[in-house]
Amino acid sequence: MKIGVVIFPGSNCDYDAYQAFNLVKGNEVVYLWHRSDDIQGCDAVILPGGFSYGDYLRSGSIARFSPIMKKVIDFAEGGGYVLGICNGFQILLESGLLPGAMLKNSSLRFVCREIILRVEKSDVPFLSGLTKGDLLSMPVAHGEGNYYADPATLSELESRGRVVFRYVDKNGVVTAESNPNGSINGIAGIINERGNVVGMMPHPERACENMLGSADGLKLFESLCAAAR
Amino acid sequence: MKFQADVQVILKDGVLDPQGQTIGRALAELGFDSIIRVNTGRIFKLEIDAESEAMVREIVGNAASKLLANPVIEDYKIEVIR
Repeated sequence: MKIGVVIFPGSNCDYDAYQAFNLVKGNEVVYLWHRSDDIQGCDAVILPGGFSYGDYLRSGSIARFSPIMKKVIDFAEGGGYVLGICNGFQILLESGLLPGAMLKNSSLRFVCREIILRVEKSDVPFLSGLTKGDLLSMPVAHGEGNYYADPATLSELESRGRVVFRYVDKNGVVTAESNPNGSINGIAGIINERGNVVGMMPHPERACENMLGSADGLKLFESLCAAAR
Repeated sequence: MKFQADVQVILKDGVLDPQGQTIGRALAELGFDSIIRVNTGRIFKLEIDAESEAMVREIVGNAASKLLANPVIEDYKIEVIR
């Protein structure tokens, strides 16, 4: 299958994502330039982390209007698989493909550290390679990852089981200490109603090989590839 | 005709403003006891070439809702100056 990794000016996890998908056998991985309006027949599109357009205005707000994003939005609305990681998640929020918005971290600091995620959902093809309740280790690295949604949106996300990942401690419990950014309900990742668009702040592509400290992130890429095949 | 418009963007009531809270604590430490709340935002100063103030309001309103503000977390106010 063919995977497209979008490159915006300021993306810096594009090659990590490219490499992660190369670790899953049987993939062709291509880059999609932000000025292009062709997603080259990809079966899944990745919006990688970084600081697209310098994070000017708000994270993701300018990238959302780039030519490639018009095609990515059409692709997602047609049921295509899209994964947004970190800055990619922020772009998905700005584009309206996922609900809510990002605020500055409650600490006001850029936070770069290992965190533990609890898998909250695995009953859709996108996430079927994961197991609900599993704990995954991977890093976060962001200054604006404090997920916010108004009370009505939040209650819909929770009641419809659309929270995909939460920050937890080593016992799998949501605590203030294990939450790196103040995100509401410890939310680290969400999915759209249709089940084809996922956004997450942590970096699974930086946790795909044991020599990097964790290979837990690879499970998500394997799961996405199996779903999009 | 040239117009100037100021667009003030500020977090909605009820949205956590950690920057505002931090600035508020700093002000309290400096002895500004009477300042009980700080909200942060930003102002965009735009120059617009348009035929009427009504047109300016329409253009700037579209720009604000489409890009300058994120309506999920922010409100905006427009002030048009000739």
